[in-house]
This record gives sequence, C-alpha cells and structure tokens, in this order.
Amino acid sequence: MIAPLVAIFVYLIYKGAVSLNLDFFTRNPVPVGELGGGMANAIVGSAILLGVGSLIGVPVGISGGIFLAEFGRGSRLATAIRFTADVLNGVPSIVMGIAIYSLIVVPQKHFSALSGGVALGIMMIPTVCRTTEEMLLMVPHAVREAALALGVPNWRSVLAITVKTASPGIITGCMLAFARVAGETAPLIFTAFGNSNWTVNPNEAMAALPLQIYVYALSPYDEWHKLAWAGSLVLIVLIVAAVSLVRYVTSRGVLKGAS
Amino acid sequence: MPEIHISQAQLQPEAPSPGGQGPGNRASNEVSRVRVHLLSRGNSAWADRGFHWLMVICALTIFGIVALIATELVLRSQLAWSKFGFKFFFSHFTNPDTKLPLYWDPVNGHFSALPFLYGTLVSSFLALLIAVPLAIGVAIFLTEMCPQLLRGPLAFVTELLAAIPSVIYGLWAVTILVPLMREQVNPLLFKLLGWTGLTSDDNPTGLGFLTAGVILAVMILPIISSLTREVMSTVPHSQREAVLALGATRWEMIRIAVLRNARIGIVGAIILGLGRALGETMAVAMVIGNSPEIHRSILANGSTMASVIANEFSEASDELHMSALIEIGLALFVVTIIVNAIARMLVWAVTRGAPAQTR
Repeated sequence: MIAPLVAIFVYLIYKGAVSLNLDFFTRNPVPVGELGGGMANAIVGSAILLGVGSLIGVPVGISGGIFLAEFGRGSRLATAIRFTADVLNGVPSIVMGIAIYSLIVVPQKHFSALSGGVALGIMMIPTVCRTTEEMLLMVPHAVREAALALGVPNWRSVLAITVKTASPGIITGCMLAFARVAGETAPLIFTAFGNSNWTVNPNEAMAALPLQIYVYALSPYDEWHKLAWAGSLVLIVLIVAAVSLVRYVTSRGVLKGAS
Repeated sequence: MPEIHISQAQLQPEAPSPGGQGPGNRASNEVSRVRVHLLSRGNSAWADRGFHWLMVICALTIFGIVALIATELVLRSQLAWSKFGFKFFFSHFTNPDTKLPLYWDPVNGHFSALPFLYGTLVSSFLALLIAVPLAIGVAIFLTEMCPQLLRGPLAFVTELLAAIPSVIYGLWAVTILVPLMREQVNPLLFKLLGWTGLTSDDNPTGLGFLTAGVILAVMILPIISSLTREVMSTVPHSQREAVLALGATRWEMIRIAVLRNARIGIVGAIILGLGRALGETMAVAMVIGNSPEIHRSILANGSTMASVIANEFSEASDELHMSALIEIGLALFVVTIIVNAIARMLVWAVTRGAPAQTR
C-alpha cells in the first residue's frame, strides 16, 4: 500500500524539481508557445483564498466547539449540532461549489475570490469545530472549578483558562483543516474561477494553485504539464510541512502547557 | 493528544491575591479587592449571558449553513424537477437517427441522470472492490503483527496519503496510470475476461471506469484503513488472549476474536470510504473519459455525478441545463448525507464503549 505513495512522491519530486525555478515564483502564466512563465499569481491567490477561508472557518469553528464542550454538554441541541457538523464534513466539495455559486456568484453576477474563500471557510468549520470540542473535553474539570472558585466570570474562565489550556490541540485542528482545504479544487471552479493575470482584489476572479494545476494537467502542452508538476510539488510541500509540524508539535509537546 | 498542564502563572492575573489567605480582616480586605478588580474587568451577568449566546449563535450557524445549502439546491433545481419529475433519474430518450438510447443532450434539452448514477455506482464499487481487502490487510498488519518500530512511520504515511489533494492524484493518474492502463492492464484484461463482455477493447484511450476506480481506491484506502485500525484496537485484549489460550493460531485469533468483534465498525468504515468515493470530483473527472453513456464494459468511458457537474457547470448555457446539473448535485448531497449518517452510526455504535470517549 505504500507503493502508490512512493510512486507518486518520487515522480512528483523528480518532475517538480526539474521544472521548478525562480520564474515559477515570480512570474505570471504566459500564453501557449512562449517559454518560461510561472504561477506567482496562483500562489498569491491561494494565500488570499485561504486567508479569507480561515477568517470565516476558524472563529465559527472554535466557537461552535466551545458551545459543544462547555455549554451544550449532553443537551439535545448539542447532539443535533454535532451531527450536522458531521454531515457538513461529508458534503462533497463540488456540491459546496454549486451552492456557493448560486448563493454568492449569481447575485453578484461575477466570479470572485471572496466567494471561493467563503466556500473554503465553510469546509473548514466542521473539522475545526469537532477537534476543538474533543480538546476542550480533555481539560479536567478541576481547572474550570478552580477558576470559578476564584470568582472569575464564566466567559473569562472559558476563554482564558479552558481554551488556553487546550490551545495546542485547537491549533492542530485548525492546521489540519487548513491543509485539507489548501488542495481543494472542486469548490473553486465556479467561485474563484481562475485568472491568468495578477490580481489581489478579492472581488475579482482569482487564480489558485490547485485550479491552475487542474487546468494545466488537462492541457495537451508539455510546457504546461511541467508547470503543473512544479505547482504540485509546491502544494504538497506546503501540506506535508503543515501535517508534519502538527505531528511534531503534538508528539513532542513543544506547546505543552505553554501559552 | 497533548497532555493538559496548567501553570500557576496563567491563573495569576485572575487571582490578584497572592498568598492572601491570611486571617481576620486582612482576608475580607483581600476579598473586596478581588471583587473590585473583577468588576472592573467585566464581571457582570450580561457579559456572561452575551458570551453564552454568542457561542450558541456560532453553533447554530452550522445548522444554518446546511439548511441554506439544501434550500438553495432545491430552489435552483425546480425547473428540471417540474419538467422531468422522478423520471429524471431513470428515463432515457431515443436518438431519432441511430435509434440508440440518448441520455444527455443539452442542445436539444434532453436530460436524464441515469448514466451518471450508473457511472458513480460502478466506479465506487470498483474502488471498494480494490481498496477494502487492502485496507483491512493494512489495518490487521498495523494492529496485530507490525513491529513497534514501524508502527509510527506507517501511521504517518497513511495520514499523509489522506492529505494529498485530489487534483495531484488526478495529475499522477493522467501521466502514469492512464498510459499504464492503456498499454498493459486493459489489453490483458480483455484477453482474460473479454468473453464475459465486462471488458472490451474498443476504447483506446486508457481512460474509463476502471482507471477511475483504481485512483479512487488509492484515495479511500487511508480512510478505511485508519478507521478499521481504530475499531480493531477497541477489541479488548482479554478476547484475543482467550482465543489464543484455546489453541488458536494467530490467523484464527485475528479472524475469530478481532474481525468478528469489529465487523460492524469495519462495515461503518467501508461505508464512510464509499461516501468519500461517491463525492470525489477532480481525480475522477480527469480520468473517467466524460461521456454520458452506459456501457457494460468497465474499460469504457463514462461519467459520474460529480464529474459531470465539474465539467459542464461553467459552460451550461441555458437555464434547464444548469437546473438539471444542480438537481444532480442535490441528489449527490442527499445520497452522501444518508451514506455518512449510516456510517457514523455504525462506527459510533462500536466505539461508544471505548475508554477514549469522554462522555
């Protein structure tokens, strides 16, 4: 079972490294036939999309997790919300794409990075929410009771004591959600749409790394295939770095008890 | 899981009475100072209640999002629904020239989701056929016979395999798997199984149901194997020891004690993998060939519900075409919800008694 992974990895690194150069990071895509060109706009676009996504997904996800763990424990509402989060987690990304298309793109009448970011943010919510809940449940009751016994109001006790204690785990959840949506293509096809020019305006169609890889992979041009491999290498290095960092942090306990 | 450790330092700002447990009026003095301090930092009933409601609202947002998606899909697919009704999912038209069945013809306004349902089912079924034995094998290896040294790295690799974006699987499939299928596997399968009609040699591209099934299998393998591993590790050790003590060999022990006890959870894990395979879009859209037809051969080109949306949605010109695509999306949404709910319930039923659960 490791064979496919090794095959993908070796091929990816080989192909990616061959076609990766400085131009890739600093130049925009060029028309077919011209040599060179890069994916600078796609890298920046991905960063903006993920930024918008995190702005939506992380606060809502963490708050939902706090509700599940601190306020709604055992209540029927909490069970329903937990189940809904699981459902949301299983919604195919392409369905998320068409839903956001008809919710935001149709009324706006144009594709925008904003709508893509919203789609990614919504996809982050369930992962963040469930990990936050699990981490908060692991905080011992004595800690909460100690805070309350000192006369600390409940909201301060939750934010400054419970959440802070569980912060390494919550950060892990956020990173995992981030890594998961970083490679999503399907919800971006009809929302961020892709763009071959440089733009940082979130109200315009914007390029993203996975989108660009998709377009280039299906093109018949060798030059573009090479760029797709280089893009994949960059994307995968990003994701592997995030996942390994999470693993390192959680296993070594670098953040253990720190705040 | 990080160990929970709370230092005294974190509590300090909340409790500005270091060592203030002295007797007599000193204590009351301290208490009032604590109260003053807390009052100045927002210790009031409305702050508490406000925070509570803020969290409730955020949690309800999750409800809202799912409801919003559902209503939006239903509203936008009204046109196709009113025109075709339930027949959308199992009818077909006949091409007046060739007398062949015609399923999907956007130019003349003929829409039927049948080939996409078929494609989704066939590719997911092939994926499960390939992935399930492998995944259970990996899980048995990891829980029962793997040396301790290998266990960590292998679990890490499984995690990584799950984190690779689907578009990269698709890129790999297009450049490596498709030529491999075209030149080696498909001719071989035709030679061996051609007489059944399940394989044919009329598709020279190397794309098709089987290629999509293989790439889906690679993608769902980590999910199934990690969940199976989780379920297997909840089987109590005493069960294994009891079976071994009765003189069972290692394989018998795994079969009798572990697999039989964990079977509900394993089925749950498989269904969860199925849920992922049904909704998987990009990798499948890149290798399945994208033709809205039904073929008996698993080597023929096809199309799945997700892939047809990905391919045609941005080019859908008229309202009816778009509405039909959204209805396919709605069907996909409903099916994955049902599949995921069943799987969650099965997994939950098994791991409920596990000590890891804190409830």
